[in-house]
Amino acid sequence: PSACISTSARRASRHHRPLPEASESVSEDPLSPPSQRSRAHDTSTELQPMPTSPAMDTAAQDVSLFSSPMAPEVDASSPLMYGTPSSRVEGTPRSGIRGTPARQRADLGSVRKAPQVDMHSEPVSENAVAGSEQGAGQRLVIWGTDVNVGTCKEKFQRFLQQFTDPNSREEENAGLDLNEPLYMQKLDEISVVGEPVLNVNCSHIQTFDADLYRQLICYPQEVIPTFDMAVNELFFDRFPDSVLEHQIQVRPYSALKTRNMRALNPEDIDQLITISGMVIRTSQLIPEMQEAFFRCQVCAFNTRVEVDRGRIAEPAVCRNCNTTHSMALVHNRSAFSDKQMIKLQESPEDMPAGQTPHTTVVYAHNDLVDKVQPGDRINITGIYRAAPMRLNPRQSQVKSVYKTHIDVIHFRKTDEKRLHGLDEDGEQKLFTKERVAMLKELAAKPDVYERLSSALAPSIYEHEDIKKGILLQLFGGTRKDFTQTGRGNFRAEINILLCGDPGTSKSQLLQYVYNLVPRGQYTSGKGSSAVGLTAYVMKDPETRQLVLQTGALVLSDNGICCIDEFDKMSDNTRSVLHEVMEQQTLSIAKAGIICQLNARTSVLAAANPVESQWNPKKTTIENIQLPHTLLSRFDLIFLMLDPQDEAYDRRLAHHLVSLYYQSEEQIEEEYLDMAMLKDYIAFARTSVHPRLSEEASQALIEAYVDMRKIGSGRGMVSAYPRQLESLIRLAEAHAKVRFSSKVESIDVEEAKRLHREALKQSATDPRTGFVDISILTTGMSATARKRKEEVAQALIKLIQSKGKTPAMKYQQLFDDLRGQSEAAITKDMFDEALRALADEDYLTVTGKTVRLL
Amino acid sequence: MPTVHDWINNPLAVVDGLFAQSNSSPDWEKKVVEYFKEKLKLNDAHTWVPSLNDVPLYYLKPNSLVKFRCMVQDMFDPEFFMGVYETNDLTSNSKQVKCGKYKDITVGGQVDFNSRNTVTSERQTFYCVPIPGESQWAKESYAGTSQARVVPSTSYVPNRHKRSYEEDYEMDTQPQEMKYVSQGTQSSAESHGNTEPKRQETEAPSHDSSSVHCTSSLDLNFPLPGEKGPACLVKVYEDWDSFKLNDMLEVFGILSVDPALSVIADEREASSLLDHTEVTETVEEQRVHSPPASLVPRLHMLYAQPLVHNNPLLPSSAPESNGDHLCSVLGELASVRAELHTYLTHVLMGDSLAAEYLILHLISNVYSRRDVLPLGKFTLNLSGCPHSSPYTEHLYKVIQQLVPSSYWLCMCLHNMNNQRMVPWKDYTANRLVSGTLQLANNTSLFLDETQLEQGQLDATGVRNITALGNLISWQKVDYDFNYHQMEFPCNINVLIASEGRSLLPSDSQVHLRPTLNPPNLEEYLSAVQVAQVPSQFNKYRIYLSVARALNYTISDEITTAVEDDFVEMRKDDPQSMSAEDLHRLLVVARLLSLSHGQNTLSRDGWMKAKQLEALRISRTQQQKSVSGNEP
Repeated sequence: PSACISTSARRASRHHRPLPEASESVSEDPLSPPSQRSRAHDTSTELQPMPTSPAMDTAAQDVSLFSSPMAPEVDASSPLMYGTPSSRVEGTPRSGIRGTPARQRADLGSVRKAPQVDMHSEPVSENAVAGSEQGAGQRLVIWGTDVNVGTCKEKFQRFLQQFTDPNSREEENAGLDLNEPLYMQKLDEISVVGEPVLNVNCSHIQTFDADLYRQLICYPQEVIPTFDMAVNELFFDRFPDSVLEHQIQVRPYSALKTRNMRALNPEDIDQLITISGMVIRTSQLIPEMQEAFFRCQVCAFNTRVEVDRGRIAEPAVCRNCNTTHSMALVHNRSAFSDKQMIKLQESPEDMPAGQTPHTTVVYAHNDLVDKVQPGDRINITGIYRAAPMRLNPRQSQVKSVYKTHIDVIHFRKTDEKRLHGLDEDGEQKLFTKERVAMLKELAAKPDVYERLSSALAPSIYEHEDIKKGILLQLFGGTRKDFTQTGRGNFRAEINILLCGDPGTSKSQLLQYVYNLVPRGQYTSGKGSSAVGLTAYVMKDPETRQLVLQTGALVLSDNGICCIDEFDKMSDNTRSVLHEVMEQQTLSIAKAGIICQLNARTSVLAAANPVESQWNPKKTTIENIQLPHTLLSRFDLIFLMLDPQDEAYDRRLAHHLVSLYYQSEEQIEEEYLDMAMLKDYIAFARTSVHPRLSEEASQALIEAYVDMRKIGSGRGMVSAYPRQLESLIRLAEAHAKVRFSSKVESIDVEEAKRLHREALKQSATDPRTGFVDISILTTGMSATARKRKEEVAQALIKLIQSKGKTPAMKYQQLFDDLRGQSEAAITKDMFDEALRALADEDYLTVTGKTVRLL
Repeated sequence: MPTVHDWINNPLAVVDGLFAQSNSSPDWEKKVVEYFKEKLKLNDAHTWVPSLNDVPLYYLKPNSLVKFRCMVQDMFDPEFFMGVYETNDLTSNSKQVKCGKYKDITVGGQVDFNSRNTVTSERQTFYCVPIPGESQWAKESYAGTSQARVVPSTSYVPNRHKRSYEEDYEMDTQPQEMKYVSQGTQSSAESHGNTEPKRQETEAPSHDSSSVHCTSSLDLNFPLPGEKGPACLVKVYEDWDSFKLNDMLEVFGILSVDPALSVIADEREASSLLDHTEVTETVEEQRVHSPPASLVPRLHMLYAQPLVHNNPLLPSSAPESNGDHLCSVLGELASVRAELHTYLTHVLMGDSLAAEYLILHLISNVYSRRDVLPLGKFTLNLSGCPHSSPYTEHLYKVIQQLVPSSYWLCMCLHNMNNQRMVPWKDYTANRLVSGTLQLANNTSLFLDETQLEQGQLDATGVRNITALGNLISWQKVDYDFNYHQMEFPCNINVLIASEGRSLLPSDSQVHLRPTLNPPNLEEYLSAVQVAQVPSQFNKYRIYLSVARALNYTISDEITTAVEDDFVEMRKDDPQSMSAEDLHRLLVVARLLSLSHGQNTLSRDGWMKAKQLEALRISRTQQQKSVSGNEP
């Protein structure tokens, strides 16, 4: 096509002499539609300096490589100093803007078939910059847009020099002085680190200059190079001596129009968009030709031709010897850039129910290649493109469908923080102002706690306290970092164990929670192995690479891991939970991979009693029969027992029957909907970080002292620091429910109440009726421990009374002891006593004989 | 025979006409849809439209209006297309604005991509398959109501009639391949000069082999093995968010079978040399997303009617709108129920209780969900089925005769370890690979556990069992998206036939207790079958579908009575009546009332339900004490 040839011809001739080609500026109103341009004037503008553009070295005054959407032939009068490969200075790199090579931005000037100026109807192919008299000087805009290069550049420089964000919470800005201009500090950083990339948050631009932001969104292809230019000028002004690999590139991110992939529509074509998704596939590296190298086969004259929108305009005539069709492409002297195709899939959270996820093709260029792996959750900012598809290159018929893709400008991994473990949830869920207002209004209600807890699993009857406990678990405590004092991280997650009769809807509760939280996992103790819970190393059959496959616990990092049939789990499997439930990490040493993964997960487990039906005559420990080391790691242990009470039965029946006849509308009126609850929790988790108030600390101290007193009154230590930590977590979670940044005494009260409520049920010693936390911490009730000692003492006495017999028959001894004691002694008790004495190295038991040592 | 309907034979003319009248105001699109909706409403105009389900594709005229009764199996990505475009005719140098809606390919002249008149629009593609497991009687009955006269087109060669689709496809593609080779050589020689022809030579054979491979392995992705019928790419132009995966639809649309569409798949390599946007798709993806149109036709949707059921004997619209029909059915409902009960009793070898429960099971339906809890499901475990006799198979055939769609899943070890039950996402081909559990609503799934032998379940087997368990307990299937799972709610009636108690959970277990002991089971069963008149079968079919769709309420008075009853029962023996038992009792009461055509629960109905349950439980307990070793 003629357009291509003329472009390349002009470019190629840059260093020789300007061709007398038509490259005009047209005076026009900046906003008038392009179709109205017909009055061509000022035809002598090949190298006319722009009044608005700063003086620049003419050698560097290269034509812009990027093309405006309507202008295939970029005018030479553009003030844009924008790099092309030909502007590369050969030889040693010098410092300064002139010395630093620009790197072509394949992400912007990418291959696409821009609507071209129709050569038939508009014979004067004027393009690019149009100038118009406006006010004092000329006002020039890029063809087809309302972007004035000079103004735009000035605005952006002002933005860089002045913008501060004192309230920034972004992780990247850690270590910067928030009261100083943010981006100037980043430029300083570039001069030190030498990584020539400046990431700019679009929302910053928006708060600074809404018009500039609008231009950036609508005309990224024009505006971003202008930004680049502005940054480079500024940078090399400040650091004239710095040496960079190439000129600084501006990478805007989080365009506020952040969208779901599903919401993309034809209006977004060629605009700057930010969407989130998950990488599902990455292609191999595709070398894309940027500049073709031709050599004349007759006279060996060399020439370079830039690739323009995926096409190479092969020179037909050698300029040196005028032979036609003598130019041949030399592959290994051509310049290539890296490109990679990435498939992005909608994040599961964004999808409407009952539909399959959408995918989008994304192209990454240059250093963005291989930055992401399949499985990563990312936010990408880029330009949305569409290109028509030809049925057959030789046919005029076209498939009436466009191919769409996104040229990526910036990647941001949303789950990156999980790796660094810095702080708080990666979920950057954006709430509209109205939604936030609604949530705050709800939070202000005095009964918000009750409201929310009743909204939780409405189909499950009563169990108010259990629901409250689970609600607090969903909110979690505040994460505290004590690494400096050597204590490591304090767990913020609340673990809950539900234990009870079969058929008390434990599984249903677990299913509900699993469906509610974004990163929930559901496993059954019966089917899961230690490997399925933690992580394993697998060899990828294709690449022969070792891949770490993560299990349920790691996958539910920052979420909740629901484990059903906890009691059916093998001891081996359960043992991996010890580390997770307190240290919140998982250590792996397998196949040469040694690492520690974060598993900051809350565990919600459900277990059946050992005898499948709760035996009220036994203690919790005897009923659950879980190792007490594990039990003490649960903040709350709830018993779900059948109360067998008439009033309860009636309410239950009513509840169940109403399930079957109420219409869905009625149900919705009664309860908060699940979406609201989800948003409420997500908002509280990300934006509320309560701290203990003085008053609350006092209350906690008192509560703890009380708890210890109960035990110490009977000569036992009943509460351990772990319980105090639990109390703190619960109080914090309750403060989060209220959206309060301070933990107050009411929070402590509720935490105490819930703790007592759960423990009253789970740790009531059936023999004494007292609350006894030592059941959980030692696995034995205080009375049982006392009796064990008594039996052991009695046994010693018995043995001593027998005189010096080194060995005794087991059965004989048991019978003797039974005959001697007033209290009934079971075989278990006897065994236990023997074991205790064996531990003290007093005797050994081998088979059926007991030997004294 | 009616006059030739132009709107059926040439709907695109109607579309183009309305587009031309519109003067580029955008409301012409609505007008088009309205026009066809109106046309289809006229008495039984929709029966004049030929159906892809029963007319072979090669009988149908390209670009004519057709209908397709299908299930949405997969949803592809939305695509942008030229809603309006302008063409340049180089010879006459004239320009024309054309409408690209309802078409795959532009027509006439060189498309001007830079025209200001171009309007880019968006549409969505669904991959649709015939309703999985649709019974033969339903298919035949649908075909019988069709009044479409399909005249074989002139190009139709009669002897192709008996050819399978695969052969058909080979026939279609061969000439194109040849065309490709010649064109490819030409084009590369022209555009790339000296270096390219060599490459062409090396490439050509490899391409050939890949295309042969493609022919043999083109997978139409039916959920159930052994299914037949056309799959279809349905292009949806509006409200595509209202459709869900596994929805049953009757689509009215314009058929597009342009052979040029298939060329795309073949010419990938040739075109990629020039247009590298093509790199975005892998070969597998190409094969799935642009299969040959002769095999997977495109259907441009004008109008789609969601199907509540696929029973051809009932009007397809929502039940409210056909009150008279319902009344007539309700009138003889009691007698039909009695007949059906007798019939099923015979089939179940004289076990009337099991027959009762089977009726309840057949009309069960998930009518609502409370958070995660599906309400109304009634999975039946028919234990005591004789092992290693074809009895279960016969039982399935009986059920197949009664319901519009069903599937017999043999739970033998080999199947459990090898069958793909849960659909999974194949990212290479970018499609949702179907599995046997991807079924439309109210499909009867018959699990034959008598076929399960002792042995080792491997990882797939365990996953399959878990999936079946989830399906039964929560009426959902977790589709595997590799990096995550996605939950799809479903509504499938699961019947488990087993020897002892099933290893899968179930809502209700009935132990079969035959009172008859026919010497020759097969003869006996076929005799029972033959005794039924075909019209009787139709009555049963209507009865089951109608009873399922009835509304149901419980009055306040009955609510209190039920509550009292529950409290009373628990007083006597709290172990005998748990919350779960009440759940089940309420479902049984509901289904029992519905099966008698009652819209509301009566005291009497409640008592009957209780009796029924008591009878069943006592039988199960007896069975336990007899066999002893059961848990």
